[in-house]
Amino acid sequence: MLKLNGAEKSFNHQTIFSAFDLAVAPGRFTVLVGPSGCGKSTLFDGLTGVTNLDRGTISWQGRQMDSLRGHAAYMQQKDLLLPWFTLMENSLLPARTGSGAGKSGTSRPEEAAARLFARLGLSGYENHYPGQVSGGMRQRCALVRTLMFNRDLILLDEPLSALDAITRRGLQALLLMLQSEFGKTILMITHDIEEALLLGDEICLLSPMPMTVVERFAPEQPKPRDFNHPELIAVKRHVLDRLQGDAACETI
Amino acid sequence: MSWTGFREMLPVKRSDIIAPAIALGILGIWEAGVRLADTPVFILPQPSVIVATAVTEAILIWPHALTTLAEILLGIGLALATAIPLAILMFANPGLEKGLAPFLVASQAVPVFALAPLLVVWLGYGMASKVFMAWIIIFFPVTISLLSGLKSCDPEFRVLFRLMGASFFQRLRLLYWPWALPQFFSGLRVGVSVATIGAVIGEWVGAQQGLGYLMIQSNARLRTDMVFAAILWLTLMGLALWILVGVIEKRTITWKIDR
Repeated sequence: MLKLNGAEKSFNHQTIFSAFDLAVAPGRFTVLVGPSGCGKSTLFDGLTGVTNLDRGTISWQGRQMDSLRGHAAYMQQKDLLLPWFTLMENSLLPARTGSGAGKSGTSRPEEAAARLFARLGLSGYENHYPGQVSGGMRQRCALVRTLMFNRDLILLDEPLSALDAITRRGLQALLLMLQSEFGKTILMITHDIEEALLLGDEICLLSPMPMTVVERFAPEQPKPRDFNHPELIAVKRHVLDRLQGDAACETI
Repeated sequence: MSWTGFREMLPVKRSDIIAPAIALGILGIWEAGVRLADTPVFILPQPSVIVATAVTEAILIWPHALTTLAEILLGIGLALATAIPLAILMFANPGLEKGLAPFLVASQAVPVFALAPLLVVWLGYGMASKVFMAWIIIFFPVTISLLSGLKSCDPEFRVLFRLMGASFFQRLRLLYWPWALPQFFSGLRVGVSVATIGAVIGEWVGAQQGLGYLMIQSNARLRTDMVFAAILWLTLMGLALWILVGVIEKRTITWKIDR
């Protein structure tokens, strides 16, 4: 269980969020949806330890901590693959830096990575360099690296927003796999409602600054979801109406 | 046949011939000017005489050239051995960088050439004073370029490596060092191309060997052609070092960073 209690952060007397609470149940896929600039990236910076929260507590699996550094895997919009390493070497970085695969015990990291390459359709590209493959493949390699962290919690910061629509569809399915096949607990932020509705067990709709959770949804449809299902269409319409009523939000 | 058709048949591109064409043009004007004005050789020898001297006197010049080359290479080695650790230390410790930056800048404000006579007094007529001169000159561009290369690393990669729990040395080896290599090499190229100056100035002030020593001796005997021949050898050495660094850089850096 990931718990955030009374989190507060402000920059230059501007309150980004205050008294912000969040609970992510183990094995659940929780999505934070909000307009650009609402402060969700700042929240993630607080979780990953890039900035310190002004107030509030973070706890994971019952232990209180300053940040999730060392406890969570992380993936974002940029694939962050190092151009001087092959795809395989990139995926092995968490193991090479001694935080990840050491704990897997039974199998060697190279074998674990090779299995993930096969599972994510990257077989045959192990020795290619990031500059030689497409954006979708790079992001899939970033996904392999994320899994190679061997952490139960995964933070996803708009991981698919730099991709084209078709590539994106394929990767959404792979993100679901993180949960269904590997049993990860996932916290994702996005500004794409459709993506949130396709992937999330729980969806928290955020307001512009100061950021609060204005509404929660838990679509009952089993995953993988069909976006044409009336329940999802109704929810999406409701969310868009609500956001359009909000003058402060410009894009979603 | 049209001109464009003819040009396309040539094995080299037009842009590749510009530099040699300019060089040949200048040498041609020099040669013709000296011959027409009938300038004495001890005032200004023409290029053909310089090349002839550089080749026929090679046996005399070589030991001097080797001495100067050794001084430069030792200077480069010493500069690398000190600049790399210092840049890494300053990168790891911003407080140290703040403390040392004024001294680094001040060391560049001191005219090194004014120090040359003192260095000879302190370190003697041998190679040590020349190596030291070369070291002072190369050290600064290498340190500064490596430091700024290390600092240019994308902060999002830092976040990723922090979350992986990587130690400073792991981050240095896997992330910062390769990231800084292009800037490091451009600093090194500047360094090696000015290193010849340091060695030669040192030799002018006091030496028993080296191209700088040869130049001073030949100048005193009005062997202007020999002075130019020494300059020619020096230029070739500097050029060779520049090219060597370029080749090593190309071999090492096979990737491109999207900045």
